[in-house]
Amino acid sequence: MNDFRKKPGIDRSGIKEVFIEGLLLISALASILAIFLIIIFVFAKGLPLIAKVGVFKFLFSSTWDPVNGQFGIATMIAGSLAITLGALIWAVPLGLALSIFLSEIASPRIKGIMVPMIELLAGLPSVIYGFFGLVIIVPFIRDYLGGPGFSILAGSVILGIMVLPTIVNIARDAITVVPREYREGSLALGATQWETISRIVLPSASSGIITAIVLGMGRAVGETMAVVLITGNVTRMPESILSPVRSMTGNVVLEMGYATGDHQLALFATGVVLFVFIIILNALVSVGRKERV
Amino acid sequence: MSLYKIQAKDVCLFYHQEQALFNVNLNIEANQVTALIGPSGCGKSTFLRSLNRLNELIEGTTTTGEVLIDGVNIYDNDTDVVKLRKEVGMVFQKPSAFPMSIYDNVAYGPRIHGITKKNTLDEIVERSLRQANLWEEAKDRLTSSGLRMSGGQQQRLVIARVLSVNPKVILMDEPASALDPISTAKLEDLISELKKEYTIVIVTHNMQQAARVSDSTAFFLSGHLIEYQPTERLFVNPGDKRTEDYITGRFG
Repeated sequence: MNDFRKKPGIDRSGIKEVFIEGLLLISALASILAIFLIIIFVFAKGLPLIAKVGVFKFLFSSTWDPVNGQFGIATMIAGSLAITLGALIWAVPLGLALSIFLSEIASPRIKGIMVPMIELLAGLPSVIYGFFGLVIIVPFIRDYLGGPGFSILAGSVILGIMVLPTIVNIARDAITVVPREYREGSLALGATQWETISRIVLPSASSGIITAIVLGMGRAVGETMAVVLITGNVTRMPESILSPVRSMTGNVVLEMGYATGDHQLALFATGVVLFVFIIILNALVSVGRKERV
Repeated sequence: MSLYKIQAKDVCLFYHQEQALFNVNLNIEANQVTALIGPSGCGKSTFLRSLNRLNELIEGTTTTGEVLIDGVNIYDNDTDVVKLRKEVGMVFQKPSAFPMSIYDNVAYGPRIHGITKKNTLDEIVERSLRQANLWEEAKDRLTSSGLRMSGGQQQRLVIARVLSVNPKVILMDEPASALDPISTAKLEDLISELKKEYTIVIVTHNMQQAARVSDSTAFFLSGHLIEYQPTERLFVNPGDKRTEDYITGRFG
């Protein structure tokens, strides 16, 4: 008996296999194609303008005056970096503390309440955050700290809340997958729980934690709607955290509606710079991952 | 002081409503290797983990009864669990070096117990690695990651890590189950050497191993201690029908 031989005639199951494989390949290619089209389109529109203005001038001039052909986005790079940094300064420590609490300390009951709430935080549309900032944070800063209220500080507060779930979810996963043997091995040596967390668990999870921070940073740099609503959007170099700023994303969304000619291309060029920022951040993640043993 | 290093008295363990250990009474002598054998889920590992209160890390477990080590009940309310676990070291099934250098792996224990002097740490690391028969293989690569070692080497590294804090008792939970025969032989040699200075309790699935390394053997079944004898007698002339069935391979 040779039961494993192919049956003579048409091999129906074989055709089905090939068909399904082909379908999956096409789906995969379609998503890659989308990414390539976007890259080509944005760069094709933006790069010539950067070349025309000059890379240095485009990146480091703080004069943004489209009517007179002055395209310098230094104020917006500064704005994006300032609110991102401001958000990370408080959201990273808090997010880490929260991830440690949820993965190492919290009882299942508390976890059952907190985890869905944090996930909900991740799912809220950004305009809701912006609206919350606009009616609560901005007036609060104006009344108690001074300035117009629309400021780096307002952006940092809201962006921090927005990146918190990104950081917590990824960092918590990274901490949870640290092998139980490490924890038990450490505790069995007479280490306390905190010694075990700080010296064994966190270092073991460090690449995942770095990924969490960098992806949080990516989310902060790319956030648009909430930022537009609360940072004031002026193209001036900020003097303090109470100064209003415009982010790169804000620049694109605010002016794209009416921009034409070089002005429009300059907005694409802003997009190119944003793109490069994100690519650098993603590259950092991969490098961080590879460095682990 | 009692004659025995470890005395378990009526140890019961519950996982939520389920009972996993039923009134286990077991006396373990100093400087001996005691093997715990039995089919999967019989409670041998659970019993082992009750000797350094490691079961407490699992939510929903309660232990009753007493475990005396050198005559002191480790389940007393005034027991410092952290100190207890320093005295009662543990080696786990999966060889798991910490993701740090070989040196730092061994120095981890002394460091958390407050030793910071480089010279002292160097001495402890060397002594522990020598005791674990790992010094020759490790001395030239102390700064490389412990994770780059083979499974057998990692398991001896874990033993060196345990020895670094001067325990009295070493618990081993199927320490050779992930190792090849040569690494296993090295580990068994090591166990025989270590018993000169330490009291060792080892859980094993491998009955030949129990026969080779242990002085006494305890057979567990469904959470009950069925039989506890000098190893030779238990294997040659078991007193209980169920022990005989198990060691002759009729079940388990």
